[in-house]
Formats: sequence, structure tokens, C-alpha cells
Amino acid sequence: MKNFDAISHIKGKSLYIDDYPLPEGSLYAVVFDSTIAHGKIVSLNLDKANSVDGVFTILTAKDIPGENQIGGIIQDETLLAENEVHFIGEPITIVLANSIGAARKAAKEINIEYEELPVITDPRDAFAKNSLIVPPITFSSGNVNAAWNECETIVNGTIDSGAQEHLYLETQGAISIPSEGNKIKIISSTQSPTAVQRQTAKVLGVAMHQIEIDVLRLGGAFGGKEDQATVWGVLSALGSYTTGKPVKLVLSREEDLRMTGKRHPYTSDYKMGLDKEGKILAYEVTFYQNAGAVADLSTAVLERTLFHATNSYFIPNVKATGISCRTNLPPNTAFRGFGGPQGMFVIETAIEKAANSLGLRAYDIQKINLLKDDQHFYYGQDVENSQAVNSWESAETHFNSKNLLEEVNEFNDKNKLFKKGLSFMPICFGISFTSSFLNQASALVHVYTDGSVGISTGAVEMGQGVNAKIATAASKTFSINVDKIKVESTNTTRVANASPTAASSAADMNGNATVLACNKILDCLIQFAKKELDAKQNDEIAIINEMVFVNNEASSLRWDELIGKAYFNRISLSAQAYYRTPEIHFDRTINQGSPFAYHVYGTAITTVTLDIIRGTYKFDSVKVMHDFGKSLNRNIDIGQVEGGLVQGIGWMTLEEIKYSSDGRLLANALSTYKVPDIYSAPENIEVEFLDNSENRFGPFNSKAIGEPPLMYGIGAYFAILDAMKNAKPNKNFELSSPVTPEKVLMALYEK
Amino acid sequence: MEIESFMKQNVEFILNNKKISVIDNPAKTLLDFIRVDEGLKGTKEGCREGDCGACTVLIGEVHNGKVKYKSVNSCLFPIGNAVGKHVVTIEGLNNESLTPIQEEFNNEGASQCGFCTPGFVNSLTGYVIENEELHTHDAENALAGNICRCTGYASIKRTAENVISRVNKLNINGEERIKSLVKEKNLPNYFLGIEEKLKQININKLGIAESKKLIGGGTDLFVQKADALLNEEVSFSKDLTPSEINVVNNFCQIGAGVTIEQVKNSEIIKNYFTTHAEQLNLFASLPIRNSATIGGNIVNASPIGDSTIIFLALNSDLIIKSKSSTRKIKLSDFYKGYKDIDLFENEFVEEIVFELPNATTTFNFEKVSKRTHLDIASVNSAIMISTIDGTIDNIVLSAGGISPIPLYLEKTSRFLFSQKINSEIVLEALNIAQLEISPISDIRGSDQYKKLLLSQLIKAHFIKLFSEQIDVEVLL
Repeated sequence: MKNFDAISHIKGKSLYIDDYPLPEGSLYAVVFDSTIAHGKIVSLNLDKANSVDGVFTILTAKDIPGENQIGGIIQDETLLAENEVHFIGEPITIVLANSIGAARKAAKEINIEYEELPVITDPRDAFAKNSLIVPPITFSSGNVNAAWNECETIVNGTIDSGAQEHLYLETQGAISIPSEGNKIKIISSTQSPTAVQRQTAKVLGVAMHQIEIDVLRLGGAFGGKEDQATVWGVLSALGSYTTGKPVKLVLSREEDLRMTGKRHPYTSDYKMGLDKEGKILAYEVTFYQNAGAVADLSTAVLERTLFHATNSYFIPNVKATGISCRTNLPPNTAFRGFGGPQGMFVIETAIEKAANSLGLRAYDIQKINLLKDDQHFYYGQDVENSQAVNSWESAETHFNSKNLLEEVNEFNDKNKLFKKGLSFMPICFGISFTSSFLNQASALVHVYTDGSVGISTGAVEMGQGVNAKIATAASKTFSINVDKIKVESTNTTRVANASPTAASSAADMNGNATVLACNKILDCLIQFAKKELDAKQNDEIAIINEMVFVNNEASSLRWDELIGKAYFNRISLSAQAYYRTPEIHFDRTINQGSPFAYHVYGTAITTVTLDIIRGTYKFDSVKVMHDFGKSLNRNIDIGQVEGGLVQGIGWMTLEEIKYSSDGRLLANALSTYKVPDIYSAPENIEVEFLDNSENRFGPFNSKAIGEPPLMYGIGAYFAILDAMKNAKPNKNFELSSPVTPEKVLMALYEK
Repeated sequence: MEIESFMKQNVEFILNNKKISVIDNPAKTLLDFIRVDEGLKGTKEGCREGDCGACTVLIGEVHNGKVKYKSVNSCLFPIGNAVGKHVVTIEGLNNESLTPIQEEFNNEGASQCGFCTPGFVNSLTGYVIENEELHTHDAENALAGNICRCTGYASIKRTAENVISRVNKLNINGEERIKSLVKEKNLPNYFLGIEEKLKQININKLGIAESKKLIGGGTDLFVQKADALLNEEVSFSKDLTPSEINVVNNFCQIGAGVTIEQVKNSEIIKNYFTTHAEQLNLFASLPIRNSATIGGNIVNASPIGDSTIIFLALNSDLIIKSKSSTRKIKLSDFYKGYKDIDLFENEFVEEIVFELPNATTTFNFEKVSKRTHLDIASVNSAIMISTIDGTIDNIVLSAGGISPIPLYLEKTSRFLFSQKINSEIVLEALNIAQLEISPISDIRGSDQYKKLLLSQLIKAHFIKLFSEQIDVEVLL
């Protein structure tokens, strides 16, 4: 099957937050936010704003009945600023009016005075001033200090990677609808319905069961709606709680860009030591993460950076330190890869530099250091079922990489104005939330008396195809046509305490929970069919393609008839099941353990053509050998690889977030923030399925797919760097990412 | 917001299969009309500035007795510009079963989160309706105004390929393309009656009042101040300025109401500028080129406007009109300072005129932006040059992004005049160009980058036009 709601999408019939019909008397909310990056609120005057026609009320922190606190991991984030503001875009008041126009007009009439305080935008500056989210965290293995002496070459350097805006096409938003007895239902565009529910209850000072969250689908999220959808849901609920009216709050693109955080920019120091063959003996790295003004998910993101500091390589001596720096920018947050890409980018940079120093190609170093099964990750987990070498070698053979390289060299010999470059990018990405407690899920499955099936889980559909995978898992378990299965909206009254749809793990965990629930029903049905068809043992009964079989022979009983009979015989046709990922653990006191159920591997080969006169580039091809496990849905999985790859290329090339020194977002519209369009995507993307990969943790041996492919995009940076070296072999290029046409041209012609 | 009644006008058009006749503010965006007034939620709001394409709709109008369709961004399209036209949203494309175009989006998994999908379906359908010969390359150009954040475009490209091969297999009568597409279930039946319905709409041209805000395509005005326009009295340049391209006595006259896409497709322009189509594809995106007018681009006075830079190099004149008089001014004299133009309140630009090049004249346009397509240039530049025996006989060089106004590089042009073309003289010219410009650092690049980039683009002009006289090694 295709994406679950594809046909309704294609007909324009799918509903997103902004499309829901509103109940009568609904109010529209506009958020009034801070215009300075750091300061005290000296006065706030709402008189003029309140007198604008159509304004119902304007709410401030004083109107919050419960706690003014929505921090997830660390309690450092107010819903509405009280005395001090910490970033431009921080919500201060919420205007409720009978039209969006009136609300916007009133927001412009709010008078506020600030006393400005010093602004920090740079993470190293924050570190120097001890402005940290948490104390530095270090992961290590072996002994780097002892290892440096054994190295033939040691390289070190500093490298920066930039922020990235999620640019989900549907902006953030929520509709809240009050009900009797102080109950509120919130239709939210969130990856974390439970977080919205929990924080709303806390802010309103009511029990969680008073708050119902419903999520039909998201128009894209990519991590941007994991933690940062919460504030809009809670604000709309605060509006409903106070006024008793339905409230719609949908951000304009401009507001969304200004008020929400991005992928964390990093600045990192690295040191790498190798023997003369290029074996990496030691690696030391310090990551300075620009967290923004509040913690949000920064500490978890930083931890994943540390877990992925060595990418697909085995290194005996490693010391990696992460420092989460508090600055006066909007809180940076989850974004596909969750810190992993930032970590991998640094080690690939170190390898590139080491290769220059040893007179090797990066390829030579990458290949001989790939992870093998008898080795372990530096945080203590054993390497199991490694596909690092397999994916690399399969990529080389399948895509004939020697030929590709020859073509590149031949082109470069013949052309002066254009040069090509080529890179290899291996990936290794751990699957599971690194906070072990989040690795739990449940599913509720109903079979209706006509044989149709409804499934509720904690997974949120945001285009990644999780609903199709859950439906496929149920269809395989029951052996019924997928058309009989509906995956319901994600709703906190049907599935409680769900983990966010994040960490690429929603299909794994919710799929496994679904299989368990389906099996509970199936067990009852088989028990019943055994009696009904006079079989002796349960295992004589099977359901195959909607027919009941006895001892491998089709009976006359169809699925729908079986269900109908089972109902009349008082057999339960509903089940709830719970799944927790087995075997994972991590000890934060020593930073060692096995935090991941498994890893996803793959290798990408990227070629690019660089215009030496103009500094522009075009990606000729990206060829990917990816470890899908046994794909549950090839159509969806290929789409995830292609989409993730191009998003990664965007992060490395075009997508440039800049803030002024006073904390103002400069790329504040889609006219200035550019994501890949149809032309900047690679001319040719080839995705191949790596054979012989098994995975006992995924439903039907499948593997998680959401995040890993993004990191293939890092290859784009190194392909451009290779082309630049081919143009100017005597120059050494050290460029921060994204490597925009501006940086390329300036570096090529730097005197 | 209540609209002052004097600002309201009678607006009539057809929305999908429904006749619309309302008294409303003509500056209201088509997007708001479709979503809020008509409750058709398939058209999505993604950015309100024409940069994402989620709100793409088709506009049909009668040309030479036939309905011709084009894609536009409904967020930048005032309903005043829809008068007498057929507006098609995704709801208006839906048939009983999926159209082959919709089917291919489904087959290829080209819809993930779905938010951008209706816009893509509209753009691709518009392409299929309007083009008798279909090529993947052109289809991509038609889709370049649509942003998808999920798919990485690979499945969308496959969709376009499949659609093209399916449509190419159909029995389509070129003369009756829409009829054929309806017969083959690519379009709903009601499309057959649209031509007749459009003819019945009374198009009353809106009056010309002095001091009214004049809207051309609106593709920049509605980005900057869509809300403010609702409180102003507006009129539309389509009711005022010519929208044709003519040649009189070897002079090309382009009406201010001519769209960028019209210029691109003009046989006159094609004859004289062989590579212009490729160059004009660097201008915004198809939906914007379908709306944006030459007059609007010139009066908007962006120091980086692509068509302005081109017309500067063509040594163009503007014909400026008011109720009582007509005057002519050189385009290079029109810009007095940043967004400061030589135009009185009661005047408007009627047309732009330039002499057609002769056989010894060549032309080139260069543009570099962060993203090659649908992006504002960091620096752009155009050159018109003619030579006799390798010596420059006439030259006009222009550049944008390096000064508060679109700049005619007068000193550089004068220096190059009567020089023999070689690499060394180009290098010398670069030094002179640097003295004429005053770029600032902004989101499109640092001043240093823009200085370097202008030099590179001037090199690119000469490498492209005079490959035999230029030694590339010297310029690298």
C-alpha cells in the first residue's frame, strides 16, 4: 500500500489544523512576542489593544491558573514571559478576538517597555560566561592521552555546522474546544500529544484526564513539533479555559520562523591521531552546542551527538565532551537526526583533514576503520549485525564506484570552467530513545462486527508513513486485506502516556504493540474457530487471506463470518497491548551501556559539478546503499531515504540561518531562507536495498527509516570540497557548513 | 476586518464550476477568497509570499476564442485580477475517480505529508493542459515554484515522467486539447462549458482614478503589504496598460502589463535573443512569471530586479503617461536612489521600448543566487555588446545587487568601448567596475562577496560570448 491518506491528500481533502470547520463563537488567537533578545519587562500596557474592535480579551502570565511552566526535561521555560524576556519571539501575551485580523491589529497596539540586558548569541561566548544549560558531559573509552604518542599523524581543528529551519509546510497550530466540567479538547499539530496534555494540565492546574489531545495528521514536522508544538496547544487551551470559547491559534509563516527553534548550530574542536596506514587510534572532540534560551530537548540532542561522535568507525581511544550553551536565541530543538548529524559532520571533517595530512584520500581512512561485529561502540555497546562494511562494499560494487571516479577524473582533465567532486558517506545511526524510559508504546485494536478493524496507537502520522506500516503489520498478523484496516487519529483518551513520535522509532514500537494486540484477538478467534470447526488443537487453525483454514485446508468460513459468529458467541474483539524495547540500558553515572536496540547502516556516493567562475554547484547523482532490514513498505521507505537525503543536502549547502548580534533572525521569510527546490535536488538519486539484513527488533524484521538517511546529505559537503580541491589543488579549504555558493566562491578566489 | 464600502467593487469570475458574483474588495487575495469565503480548504497557505506554491491554482482566460490556463500563486493574486477568468482549485480538478495525474502521484508515493500536494497537482495539470509537446525538463520547470519538504522531489519527478508518457499515448487533438483531455478523464466534464460561461461575464474595466494604488501582477506588492492594500483604493494595470509586445520601425515595444512569461514565450523576443528562455527561467518561478508584469518589476525599483537589469543593458526607454501627457525617459535615468523613481503620483509606466539588436550584437544575462531558481540574486548582470573585427563597437553593461539602484555600469562600459577583446582588457574592466559599485552586506551576501561576484559575472559574459578571444586560464 501507499501512504495511508495519499488519495485524500492528492484530492485536497485531507484536513490540517487550519482546515477544520470551527464551532460557532470561536476566537482567533495571535501571540504577542518579545522584540528584544534579552531584557526586563518594565511596563506592559494593553489598554489601546483591548479597545480594538473585535478583541475579546488579552491574556498575560497573570491569567495562568496553574503553573507558568512548560519545560519538558528541565523546568526552565515559561508559557508566557513574566518579568524578563530571553529571546526575540518569546510569547508575552495572547490576544483573543473574533477575527484573525482584529487580533493582529490589537497585537500591534500593545505597548511594552523593556530594560535591555546583555545579549549572547555565540555558544563559545556563552561558555566563557558560564551560561550553560547543564554542566558539560563527557563520554570516553580507552585513553586518548596515552594514545597520542603512538600516532604517526595528529590533526586538529575547529569546525562549525549551521542551524536548520524545519520548514514543515504546515505551520504550528492548535484548536482548543472547551467542554462541560472544565474539560478541554485540543486538536494539535504535535508529535507529542502526551506532552501537550501534560503541560496543559499543569498550566491550567487540572488533572490530565480533563485534557484530551487529538492529532489527525501533521503537514510535516521533522522534529520541529516534538517539543515546540506544545506551547501553541497550551496557549489555545488557556484561551478556552479563560473564555469558555473555542480558540484557534495558527502561526503565520513569519511568526513560525521567528518564534520557533531550529536544528542546533554547533562549533566543535577536534583532534584525531592515526597510524601511517590511516587507522584511527584516538579521537578527542568537544562540541559547543548553541541551545538557545531554554533547555527544550537540548540535553538529549547533545547526548545523541556524543553517541554518534564516531559515526561508523571503530576507534579504540575516544574522549567526547558536549557543552550545551545557553544563548539569547529561540530554543533550538529536535530536528531529524537529533544531534547525530552534528556529531558525524565533525568526525568526517577530521578524517578529511587527516587524509590531507597523510597524503591519502578520505576514502582510504573511512574504509579501513569501518565497524565490525567483534568490536564495540565507545559508549560500551557491542557491535551486533554490523552492516558498515557490507553496505560500503556493496555500494562500491553495485554502483561501480571505480568507474564513477574515473568519469570524474576524466571530466576534470577536460574541463577548466567546471570541476567535479566525489565523496563517500557511511552512516551508522542508533535506534531507540536514549532516555530508556521512553521506549514503550501501546496499541488498542478493535475488530468491528463486519470484520473491519480500527487501530489506535501513540504514533502520529506526519507524512513518514507510520500509519501505513501499522496497518501493514496488522494486515500481516490477521492475514486480512489492508483495506479492512483503518488507523485512527492519535488520541490521548484511547492511548495514554504515549512517547513522542520521534527517534525514528514510532513504526517499530507502535507496530510491535499493534502486532501484540492483534495476536491477543487472534488467539481468541482461533480458540473460537477450533470449537466452531471441530478441530482438536489451536495450531490446526489458521487464517490465510481472510479465510479460515483447518489443517491447511480452506474451510467455508470467511474472516467477516468468523468475526460475526465470534461476536454472537461473546468473544472479545478488542485488545490493548503494551510493548517495551527489550535489552536496552544506559548508566548515566558512568556514561556506558547499550542504549540502542540496533543500528541502521548505509553508504552514499555523491558526485557534484562545481562552476568555478560562479561558485555554484549541481549534484549529478547520489547513490545510496541502505540497510532497510526487511522493508515493510518499499514505496514509503524509498521516499524516506530520498526525502531525508535532500533535507540533509539542504542543511549542508543552501539552508543558512543567520542571526544579528542582537539576536534577530535575518533569514526570516521563505524569500531569504532557501530549502532545496526541484532543481537543487540531485539530478539522479539511486536507492538500493542492502541484502541479507535481519532485525529481530523491528516488526517483521523491518528497520527504522526516519532519521538515518538525512546524514547521507553530509556527503554533499565533502563532494563540493573535493571539487574545490580538484579546481585548486594547492589550496587547503576549511569551510563551515552550510557551504553556500558565497563561501565556495570566496574560498576559491581568496588571495 | 470591515472593508470601507467605497473600496468594494463588483467582482465576477468562475471558481471551478461555480459563477462568483460578489461585491468585495478587489485587493482581497484569491487565497483568502477561496479558503475563507468559499470554504475550499484544498488550497493551502504555506508562506503567503509566493515562495512555496502550496496555494497554486490555475487561471483560465479566453485568448483568440480559446481558454488558456496558467498557474499562479493565489496568495499574491488579488481577486480584482481574476475578474472574467476561470479559477481552478484542486476541488475543481477532482473527477469521480483520480485523474491520471493524481493516480501517478499516488503510484510513486509522491505525497507524504500531503500539505504541498494540491499545489503540485495543479502545477502539473496546468503544464499538461497548456503544452502540446511534453518533456520532463519542461515539466520540472513548471513545478519549480512548488516546495516539498518531504519527498526530495525524486518521486515527484518520476510522477511527471509517468504522466508525460501516459498523456503522450492518448489520442489528443491539438486544436481541441481541453476537449480531448476531458474525454480521456484528465479533466472533469465541466471544463467543456467554461468558454461559454466566461463569454457571458460582464467585464467592467475598473476606472482610473488618480492617486489610486496601481497593481500590476501584485507578486511583490502582496508580499510586502497585502493587509495595507485592503485599506487603499486600488486599480489594476491590466485595465490601463497594454499587454502586448510589438515591433515598430525596428523598436520593440513591451506594454507594462506584459508578464515575464509572455516575454519568455514571445516569438519576437525568441528571434533576437536565442538563449533568453533559459535565462528568464532564472526569474522567480512559473506561477510568478505568469503574474508578474514588466511594468511592475520596473516600478518596484528593486536594486536587484532581474528584468530591470536586462532592460538596462538593452538601453531601453520608458514611456510614462498621465491623464494629460506622455513623456519618454531613459530607464537608466528613471532610478534616482533606493526605491526612489522619477514618477509622479498621477503617472504610470505605459511601456518599455528598446531598439532591436542587429546581426553584430550579442546579449547575455548572468545571475547568481544562493538557490539557482526562485531566489533573489546576490548579484545579477546583463551585457549587450557588438563588435567589428574583434573590437567593441557598442557596449552596455548593467548590474544589480551592488548599488542602491539597478545600475548601468557607465564607466566600465565606456572603458570597454572601442577596445579589442582579450582577457587582459576584461581584467582591467573589472577594476573599473569595482570603482562604480557600492554593495552592502546583507542576507544575500557580504559586500566583499558581491564585489567578487560581479567580477566573476563580467568574466562569465566574455567567456560565454567571446570564447575564441578569451584565454580562460588568465581569468581563473
